[in-house]
Amino acid sequence: MSGATFPKHLLDFQEWERAQLESLLETAQMMQEVLARPVKKVPALTGFTVATVFFEPSTRTRISFELAARRMSADVVSFTSSASSTAKGETYRDTLRTLDQMGIDAYILRTDAAGVPHQAHRWLQKPVINAGDGWRAHPTQALLDAFTLREKLGSLEGKKIAIVGDILHSRVARSNAELLPRLGAQVVACGPATLLPGKLPGASLTTKLREALEEADAVMALRLQKERMDKGLLPSLPEYIAGYQITEARLAWAKPEAPLLHPGPMNRDVEIEGTLADSPRSLVERQVANGQAVRMAVLYHVLVGKR
Amino acid sequence: MKGEILFKNATLVDARGEHGTADVLVGEGRILSLSGGEAQRVVEAKGRCLSPGFFDLHAHLREPGQEVKEDLRSGLEAAARGGYTDLVSMPNTTPVVDRAEAVRALREKAAQIDRARLHPAAALTQGQEGQVLCEARLLREAGAVLLTDDGRTNEDAGVLALGLRYAASWGLPVAVHAEDAGLRRGGVMHEGEVSWRLGLPGNPAYAESARIARDLEVVRYVWEALETRPQGRSLLHFQHLSTRRGLELVRQAKREGLPISAEVTPHHLTLTDAHLEGLDPLYKVAPPLRTWADVEALVEGLLEGSLDCVATDHAPHTEDEKSLDLLRAPFGIPSLEVAWPLLYTELVQKRGFPLSVLVARFTDGPRRILGLPPIHLEEGAEASLVLWDPSQRRTVDPKGFASKARYSPWAGWGLSGWPLLTLVEGRVVFEGLG
Repeated sequence: MSGATFPKHLLDFQEWERAQLESLLETAQMMQEVLARPVKKVPALTGFTVATVFFEPSTRTRISFELAARRMSADVVSFTSSASSTAKGETYRDTLRTLDQMGIDAYILRTDAAGVPHQAHRWLQKPVINAGDGWRAHPTQALLDAFTLREKLGSLEGKKIAIVGDILHSRVARSNAELLPRLGAQVVACGPATLLPGKLPGASLTTKLREALEEADAVMALRLQKERMDKGLLPSLPEYIAGYQITEARLAWAKPEAPLLHPGPMNRDVEIEGTLADSPRSLVERQVANGQAVRMAVLYHVLVGKR
Repeated sequence: MKGEILFKNATLVDARGEHGTADVLVGEGRILSLSGGEAQRVVEAKGRCLSPGFFDLHAHLREPGQEVKEDLRSGLEAAARGGYTDLVSMPNTTPVVDRAEAVRALREKAAQIDRARLHPAAALTQGQEGQVLCEARLLREAGAVLLTDDGRTNEDAGVLALGLRYAASWGLPVAVHAEDAGLRRGGVMHEGEVSWRLGLPGNPAYAESARIARDLEVVRYVWEALETRPQGRSLLHFQHLSTRRGLELVRQAKREGLPISAEVTPHHLTLTDAHLEGLDPLYKVAPPLRTWADVEALVEGLLEGSLDCVATDHAPHTEDEKSLDLLRAPFGIPSLEVAWPLLYTELVQKRGFPLSVLVARFTDGPRRILGLPPIHLEEGAEASLVLWDPSQRRTVDPKGFASKARYSPWAGWGLSGWPLLTLVEGRVVFEGLG
């Protein structure tokens, strides 16, 4: 491990430098080794209490975080509430301040609105880990994507990573566009014109799938929310599939062996051909497994840090 | 000659210019003399400026129905502290101010409070629902000075045309919040590089200009068909311009002689979308904070007069509401108590904006839109005045606001130009001396 110091929170990657990120991924590698043992538990966070506070439901992410904390012997409490019920009564601020009176050491926060982790960080003066805020950021997802890509490709220096789908509304795309270039990769984001932002720092944008996939070292498909059709942003599902579904034939435009990632949960046969998702090219299950190791590393860094 | 208050050695600044120092004697609600005299109270005003009282064409005082955010007492007190002697309240309350009785009730209550004077605006359409016109004649008789569905956007151009024609016949201007609802969608901030990066729904600059372009055509249509065209009056007033493109359209239309007017807010003259980088709903406002290029254009527009006045769009909410997330927190920035010092400091002191022009945009500009005569500092003029200090610097501390909205995007800014004394027809409505 390097002697780098770390931000005591993970809101996004704005304050993170390459050396810190490399070191974090190295820690995740060590956590991966812990998870391979018969007894998957270390005492690193004994005595710490971690709260998962999810104002937007996400069972998978919450379980991944909670297991990560428990495997390092932290106590875990969880608070789940829908944004609608929160809006009616208690505010985010009240909820978090109430929890703060109970001696929580770190907060893992998920919301449907961008910026709440930043607001929480201002209110609490405790480490806040962003587990996804609106369309804005999902940093542990990007970290597990980077970890998984490095497992497969080695260094990301000079590698071309194509991200395909609803870029405009994707916190996964935004966090990857922030993180992967910091690790040396080049990101191309591709999707229908109505689902692309005007600009995305860290990524080049295209509506042409072939252009995005050619010479790509890896391809990431994003989940397509069905509500995009209701809002008139997409004509229809078949229209999307015709233009942007990742199929075996289209994956052949990328480099041979280029792996396929997906942040889950998948809409089989929408953004990704069902058979392809189960093929050896797919790293989807590996991503889930790596998620736990990466989240252990993040918790370790914000709570214990480096000497 | 004996008066009530004598301002000794006051520097006189009004819309016509800066007139050096004078001893201004006030009595019987008027300026009695500019050459001194006896008075019950003498105010040493050396190094301080005396100006006509400020007039705010656009403030949300939330009464009736939303008194938890603001009420007439706190809002009119805040206005007086800000140097305002007159204020137009927006009708998007609960219930909406769309009937003569509601206008009368507001005016009676405000008169008892005796701070800044209240001039209620009433809704253009009943319930601000954009369908059936309000009783313009009865509303005017009750004291409404302006009709607007502000808070909502007038989506139906046909209803707007009818409203303009009808309101014009009773001598009332119509004000619009010009944003195309379809282009604006769910935007919570300016659409651009910052919104794309932050992953927040964007409201494009063209939502404003597209609607202004449409409304200008509606005004043209109504204007051509009017039997009598009131000269020098504004038929349609554009609220809170935020974009360079919107300003260009207004400028062009004014050159062609269309009877329109426009306002700009303190926040659109001093803040940009970059302030959203910290992801704080304090900066969430409609129309949104735009780019620095827009700010530059708006300052230019204010100088040349394409923008007739500064209006606050003072929009208080509770601190809890402004602590919701960026999608759910309500739009609005409160500014009655800082508008003048803010713009005096940022425009006049820092950028060399001509002082008398800024005073004009706080006084004659808004008055002209409502068809009111100007107030200039001369014998016989109405003594609705503000004494302010151009030199002493003070930090904005929202905790001391009279407004119930005790937060501010300008908290911590060091400003000069703070009002010291506000008079309405010779009566002291704010006393901030010593």
